[in-house]
Amino acid sequence: MVCALGIEGSANKIGIGIIKDGKVLANVRRTYITPPGEGFLPKETAKHHREAILTLVHASLKEAELQPSDLDVVCYTKGPGMAPPLLVGAIVARTLSLLWQKPLLGVNHCIGHIEMGRHITGAQNPIVLYVSGGNTQVIAYSNKRYRIFGETIDIAVGNCLDRFARIIKLSNDPSPGYNIEQLAKQGKQYIKLPYVVKGMDVSFSGLLSHIEELADPNKRRNKRKKPMDESEPEYSKEDLCYSLQETIFAMLVEITERAMAHCESNEVLIVGGVGCNERLQEMMRIMCEERDGKLFATDERYCIDNGLMIAHAGAEMFKAGTEMAFKDAFVTQRYRTDEVLVNWRDD
Amino acid sequence: MSLNIIKQGAEGRLYLGDFKGESCLIKERFVKKYRHPELDSQITRQRMKAEVKASGRCLAAGILAPRILHSDLNTHKLYMEYFGNAQTAKQFIQQTVAAYDAEQTKEVLLHLCSRIGAGIGQMHANNIIHGDLTTSNILVNPKISVNQNQSEDADKDSKSEYDVIFIDFGLSHYNQAAEDKGVDLYVLERALLSTHSEQKYIFEYILAEYRRNCGKDEEVVLAKFDEVRARGRKRTMIG
Repeated sequence: MVCALGIEGSANKIGIGIIKDGKVLANVRRTYITPPGEGFLPKETAKHHREAILTLVHASLKEAELQPSDLDVVCYTKGPGMAPPLLVGAIVARTLSLLWQKPLLGVNHCIGHIEMGRHITGAQNPIVLYVSGGNTQVIAYSNKRYRIFGETIDIAVGNCLDRFARIIKLSNDPSPGYNIEQLAKQGKQYIKLPYVVKGMDVSFSGLLSHIEELADPNKRRNKRKKPMDESEPEYSKEDLCYSLQETIFAMLVEITERAMAHCESNEVLIVGGVGCNERLQEMMRIMCEERDGKLFATDERYCIDNGLMIAHAGAEMFKAGTEMAFKDAFVTQRYRTDEVLVNWRDD
Repeated sequence: MSLNIIKQGAEGRLYLGDFKGESCLIKERFVKKYRHPELDSQITRQRMKAEVKASGRCLAAGILAPRILHSDLNTHKLYMEYFGNAQTAKQFIQQTVAAYDAEQTKEVLLHLCSRIGAGIGQMHANNIIHGDLTTSNILVNPKISVNQNQSEDADKDSKSEYDVIFIDFGLSHYNQAAEDKGVDLYVLERALLSTHSEQKYIFEYILAEYRRNCGKDEEVVLAKFDEVRARGRKRTMIG
């Protein structure tokens, strides 16, 4: 019987979740939404989180119909993420831990995503594609670690999408990626974009510069290139979104397939904010069918950052006997997935 | 023509077949339905061409790679030399680890690694960038002795009697830039760290022999490699 409360605030979402023996009792979240054309900055995001977090703690306890004394452990996101927003979660977690006299556990954000995805979908030992605003990794479990087989060598896929949404001034509500997905559905014409796969790694930064120039020819940085042909058509936002998605998702599906072949696995789990994109899920499903594999994916409640995943991963760690000294209850911006000893899995 | 499917790799399906009477491996890059058709045909053509070119270049430079007998861009099929007795370096390493104690394993793997390192070094000296160096893309092909009287004692010696063959040149290209060579090494290091995490010395061994074979740009390439590595670590991880 483990009942855990988890606090997540590594980026622009602040979320609290409560889980008891694998049963979801509460999952509340608020998102800091910036005007079109602007991203979220650390200081302002932290301010948003500070203003929301206590209300959310109350709301989660109410939703779960629990008293603080019913909890066994308080968990928070230790990293990776932006430091100021992370600190908001960590400070509240430390305070609650002392106030309620409950043990405290810091959880790796990526591990939270993976464990939540496995728990919700029931996938046993999948190849994990973790795609979000700050991370793009292909992960497989081996020998007590989640090992990173492929990742982006520059910017994350979500970052690429967000920045493109900013260039074409799309709304950030509910998320830039969602709005790109909706526009892409109306796209018809496929525009050729750079496709960069290096082994099991991918790169998006060159692609972003390229599509930036297509979207706004005045931004053309490379002076050596010939000015655009008069006859060359101006591309519509819909076609750009469509082509962008088709290209970057094909890259992601390809590296996932490479990892599957390399590890001889036939299960895939998609987690992270970009993971709720239906086109990505569809492409991955087709790839899996072609090789008799199986796809596991979740919807926005669990894909997008949430407190529940921190609570769940924390509960798994707690059950396995992990303890954290109070002096270690800090946050860190860089915390790689393979740094965590996975002592709750025996396979 | 009856085709026996051997394996479905990441790139395509592998069949056993024959070309003009010679038995060969057929690699079919079937249409990936998840990709936009235009993108798919572009990628497939590009990679088939890359594979043919790089294999030829390797053979010309004395690096072992499968001979490409025929390529058919319309049916997306490559007909190439088949190594029936070969196993991947990944299997070889895993079997070695299972069969021997730590010291012996190191000894056997040192030999393999220096062979691999020499091969990659020569490739880079000839400006061939493999693009997808993993232990799944390197074959260990035992040499079959001419006189077939293999005794039990010869078993251990035969462990070092093999050829190291590089395959899967789909992501390869021809470039002399240190950047590309550095990235190639980085891709290999990452693949080794995730696949053979317990044998951390493998990459060291490979790199040592690589340095002896990679030609005059050794210092520049290694400096670039360190730079690429640092890029990987510096990347902030938010999300």
